[in-house]
Amino acid sequence: MLAIRNITKTYGSGDTAFQALKGVSFDIEDGEFVAIMGPSGSGKSTLMHILGCLDTPSSGEYLLDGNDVSKLSDEELADIRREKIGFVFQAFNLLPRTSVVRNVVLPLVYADVAPDERVTRAKTALLAAGMTETHFDHKSNQLSGGQIQRVAIARALVNDPALILADEPTGNLDTKTGEIVLGTFQRLNEEHGRTIILITHESDVAEHAQRIIHLRDGLIVSDARTHPRRNARHHEA
Amino acid sequence: MKLSDTLEETYVALNANKMRSSLTVLGIVIGISSVIALVSIGQGATSTIQSSIQSLGSNLLMISPGAQRGAGSFGVSGGRGGARTLVQADADAIANTVQNIAYVASEISGRYQITAKGTNTNTTVDGVTGSYPSIRNVLLAEGTFFSDVQNSSLAKVAVLGPTARDDLFGENATDVIGQTIRIKGIEFKIIGITEAKGGTGFTNQDDIIYIPSQSAARFLSGNQYLTSIDVQATDAEAMTQVQEDITTLLLDRHHIPDPTEADFSVLNQADILASASSITGTLTLLLGAIAGISLLVGGIGIMNMMLTTVTERTKEIGLRKAIGAKRRDISMQFLSEAVALTVVGGIIGILLGSAISLGVNATGLIKTSISPSAVALAFGVSACIGIIFGWYPARRAAALNPIDALRYE
Repeated sequence: MLAIRNITKTYGSGDTAFQALKGVSFDIEDGEFVAIMGPSGSGKSTLMHILGCLDTPSSGEYLLDGNDVSKLSDEELADIRREKIGFVFQAFNLLPRTSVVRNVVLPLVYADVAPDERVTRAKTALLAAGMTETHFDHKSNQLSGGQIQRVAIARALVNDPALILADEPTGNLDTKTGEIVLGTFQRLNEEHGRTIILITHESDVAEHAQRIIHLRDGLIVSDARTHPRRNARHHEA
Repeated sequence: MKLSDTLEETYVALNANKMRSSLTVLGIVIGISSVIALVSIGQGATSTIQSSIQSLGSNLLMISPGAQRGAGSFGVSGGRGGARTLVQADADAIANTVQNIAYVASEISGRYQITAKGTNTNTTVDGVTGSYPSIRNVLLAEGTFFSDVQNSSLAKVAVLGPTARDDLFGENATDVIGQTIRIKGIEFKIIGITEAKGGTGFTNQDDIIYIPSQSAARFLSGNQYLTSIDVQATDAEAMTQVQEDITTLLLDRHHIPDPTEADFSVLNQADILASASSITGTLTLLLGAIAGISLLVGGIGIMNMMLTTVTERTKEIGLRKAIGAKRRDISMQFLSEAVALTVVGGIIGILLGSAISLGVNATGLIKTSISPSAVALAFGVSACIGIIFGWYPARRAAALNPIDALRYE
């Protein structure tokens, strides 16, 4: 469902040109849980931006659900993001002082979903992300870090995307809550068949995925199934 | 994104920063309310001054003596009106020879100390003829005005303005008719009280005592010189002709060949009205301009707040773009915040400005009128300010690159 072919990305031009991606290709099937790993400067952020349709490659092809999205305009990319991609960020990026439900509803607002349906879908997504109903009306600043990130996951789920992109989702969390969040991703992958791409520089985070793609200096150095897959301890709290 | 969603986002965003939003709104409130209040006060002042000039009488020409000059063109000036050049014969000649005249009234006025029972005041005593009330729109509240017969018979009668009556007999005293007052020690019997006319902006027309002009000449001034001659033309079209004829006649009678050396001046009421209107018009413009500046400052306040908001919410904008908001969604959101601020400020400003205007009206100083055009203009301007000053921040927000915006710290 997702294929990239010989993707390159160059920033700047002439002498100052810097090639962040030097020809990256891989396929990701529906229902896969993939980690993209690499140290800083490896090009993983650039790759994430391209996979998330926040940016376009300098050359190469990106097929998402069979459509080439590598040559679209900014406005067309916005449409793709709205319909096919759910983001989870390291910094959570919830709207401050805004209720949990309102945060989750946001992508549906831009998708012109009817107000009644929005709330129903937001609640379904919140439950799927492991939130309990007692927290639905809390403000985002009244939640713990782990809860915030699960609200963010619910927000990524709510528009029923083809792909969930998580950029260092545990980077701002302590190990224990990080585990909980990773457990949520695993459960969404296993129980709901969600396709998830996890970008991280930590190998013990990456090991929660089924497959790890290693990047270094803009090239793939390895692409392998994890054996055995590391399971997050399911102590939801 | 639907309009209702945009409005809801706007409400939530502005509500999240109540203090800042209300201070920004305050800027617009002050701007709009001062436009409305000042313009209505300016227009009220204009109509007040115009109506009080009209209350002097209609189609009126006032002839006053010119400056008393010494020998030579650089002689010491005694001040305009200070000369003794007009006599009753001049007034009679005007009445007899100039066409299109309705009334001629001569005046001999001066300030004297007036005493009544145990009280005294210093006011203008105006020696006038029986036609004065019809020329100068003087209406009587009580009693009667004296007649030309009483004038020629040197009757010692007086008609009091309401302010003079209040000063001598107490606030709204009744039974004043028939009482006597003393002017320069001479007793005058009160036969009438005029209705209040209000000030012209220069003098109080109610602080006055009218007596027959012949009596004033005989008992008070001791000479026959007039302080002014009031002429009422039959209609407005005849004013210029009457003014020219009077000038020619008086120059001839006073044996002055050069009109620039005339020892009298003829003041046309239309000229007074025109100059007063231009003064008040300028005043209104000035007040409006000051208010306009405060409106502009309010608008810049909005722009400042919106730019701060865009910077502060860069991450939020990045997130919104990442989850699929288009440029248009973002710019509409920020533009609608700016417009909402100005529209709320505009509505409060219109209410406050109208309240100020009504308050000024209630003090009785100036009769203000809230003009619908000023309200419409103020509201239109405030909406435009929202759009103009909100446009740039909104465009900046919409143009943000989502990757950079998300990384923004």
